[in-house]
Amino acid sequence: MDFALSDEQHELVSSFASLLGKASSPEQVRAAEPGGFDADLWRTLVETGVVTMGVAEQRGGWGASLLDLTLVAELVGRSAAPAPVVETQVAARLLAAVGSPVALDALGPVLAGEQLISLAVRPVHAAVAKLAPAGAVCDALVVLDGDALRLVPVSEANRTTVANLASAPLADVRLENGPVLVEGPVAARLFDAAIDEWLTLTAAAVVGTGLIALDLACAYAVERKAFGAPIGSFQAISHPLADDATNLDGARLLAQEAAWELDRAGDRGRELAAMAFAFASATAERTTYDALHTHGGYGFMLEYDVQLHWRRARGWPRVWGDTDAAHRRAADARYGGSRRGTAG
Amino acid sequence: MDFEWDAETQRFREEVRRFLDLHLTPELEDQLYEEGLTHDEGFAAALGERNWIAGEWAREGFEALDGEAMQVLEEEFARTEAPYYAVSTSMMVAKVIRAVGSEWLNSEIVPKVVTGEVAIALGMSEPEAGSDVAAVQTRAREVEGGWVIDGQKMFTTNANICEFVFLLARTDPDSVRHRGLTTFLVPVASDGFEAQAVVTVSGERTNITYYSDLVLEDRWRISEVGAGWQSLMMALQDEHSAPFCAHLGRALDAAEQWGADPGPDGTAPIERADVRQRLVKVATDLEVARLLERRTSWMETVGEVPVAEGPMSKLFSTEAIVRGSEELTALVGPDALRSRSDPSAVHGGRIEHLLRFSLGTTIYAGTSEVQRNIIAQRRCGLPR
Repeated sequence: MDFALSDEQHELVSSFASLLGKASSPEQVRAAEPGGFDADLWRTLVETGVVTMGVAEQRGGWGASLLDLTLVAELVGRSAAPAPVVETQVAARLLAAVGSPVALDALGPVLAGEQLISLAVRPVHAAVAKLAPAGAVCDALVVLDGDALRLVPVSEANRTTVANLASAPLADVRLENGPVLVEGPVAARLFDAAIDEWLTLTAAAVVGTGLIALDLACAYAVERKAFGAPIGSFQAISHPLADDATNLDGARLLAQEAAWELDRAGDRGRELAAMAFAFASATAERTTYDALHTHGGYGFMLEYDVQLHWRRARGWPRVWGDTDAAHRRAADARYGGSRRGTAG
Repeated sequence: MDFEWDAETQRFREEVRRFLDLHLTPELEDQLYEEGLTHDEGFAAALGERNWIAGEWAREGFEALDGEAMQVLEEEFARTEAPYYAVSTSMMVAKVIRAVGSEWLNSEIVPKVVTGEVAIALGMSEPEAGSDVAAVQTRAREVEGGWVIDGQKMFTTNANICEFVFLLARTDPDSVRHRGLTTFLVPVASDGFEAQAVVTVSGERTNITYYSDLVLEDRWRISEVGAGWQSLMMALQDEHSAPFCAHLGRALDAAEQWGADPGPDGTAPIERADVRQRLVKVATDLEVARLLERRTSWMETVGEVPVAEGPMSKLFSTEAIVRGSEELTALVGPDALRSRSDPSAVHGGRIEHLLRFSLGTTIYAGTSEVQRNIIAQRRCGLPR
């Protein structure tokens, strides 16, 4: 039992915190809305190795663990970064895991920073990948189409960008003919494993969303006075925030535990990943609501930053599904039995 | 990070389980439940024989247990509802005595706590002083060679079966709040001491204790005169890290067994989507509670003070027990109403009992509201 980060992990956190602090300020986040993509930030992140780091060394990456990636994802959430970090990391790891010549050919340009490849987190229906994460900015999308994992080229010709709650770069993507990466039962298995990773990292990201919203609320509650006292001294304000702080610590630990379990290919990886997603997204929703409410009428104004995080706490996770869907997935893993698709 | 116990700690857990199989017999369990007790002399003596009362202190023939082993020990006691509450309050007081008490108290009392010969109840709360414990009114008046004590204490659990009460009293009549308080060890055999039973919703017995012109020699004083508050804080530090979540784990086990048994229509409830979903929600809370508790104990192990983290784990675990027991009761349906002592009860009536038991956990050892105050101040930086 050890809850301490390693020295390397501390360094990872401080370098990404400093990078995102400079390149993903609230002003930059706002400037990138509604498209949700800042090309300069993305270039900087790619040059720093944000995608490469997650790929195994024998596939040309740096071999970071999923636990390492949760630390980065939390910072991405904290800064509401307009950059598709989680989905591109997961897609690259999936290509590496598939390992077929076609997949490795696709991975090369990703690692070189020439291609942005994302993952459709829900299986395709009627030849359209709906609300594909980073669908609005990617060059190709990995999709589970029937019993095949395919790499679908994406361009203006086959994507319809979707304005959305979170100002995320989402698009409905019509499937074009693209190479099959792998098919048969192994395709579904690899896709499910990628979803475990995506759920875990998204959990970590929305923990970051909740943490920044909590910080904003606490700072405001210290400063703002009403009835002659700082509103943070009123228990009606402070107690919900204390609950949120508690839940966020728990959500972070659960996301880290899920990543650790997946890293060691433990029996409970799928269950813990789905639990982490359910708990973190519910916590982020609650925290951003409380934080917005702490600001009173100001919280409802676009000018105040707290709304940026309220929208992302909902929009980022729900491209896959809600907490009920995650509970069902966790239950299937815990109790066995009915496997009925992976989407919400 | 590492979320797994090392092999040695896992072996230790097996050893604790074997001990509990041997010493926590179904007969003892029933007797404790019927009498509402959380202490048993024989059980305490068996713990003392293995140095599992003061595990973190080395003693002749025994090495000190590390933080992980202590956490495992307490998790197993909580999971099985072993009668160790008086043992744990005794140890809280023994630690205070070791830190600030006289040589005489250290040689006379501490070794007997360690072996389980002596148990100590906590006398802090009063009718007009609960969460606001600094409002205590019980008086200790200095007289030649000692003190005369007058007052009453609420929720002096186990005072009816312990040898002593750890008493917080006001020694300076003109003092207010935290100043002018002193801590004492009161032998329950003293003239002027009386314990009156108070029965709680969970079935546990606690007491109101009365102190009437009770004469106490000065050697029973623990803290310096007027320094009682500091010694009390020392004792309370430990209370936040008790492994409450094990209670929820046991109820979840019972509910999952219920779910796996075929119902009247021949299918197991766990086949139903709503049942699975509700069970998993409780299992998720349990996972989070366990992580928060283990983090608290890990911080103590590495020498950090879990100022906000201790209250976080106490708050989350106990609120999760309340939520979980409501959820599991609703899930099992009308049959969950059958009482623990009723022969027809579902899985021994664990869930029915937990529903009642859960209420107390969010109140004693610092209410949820007090925990939130601490977290708001120490973690969120909010003003008092």
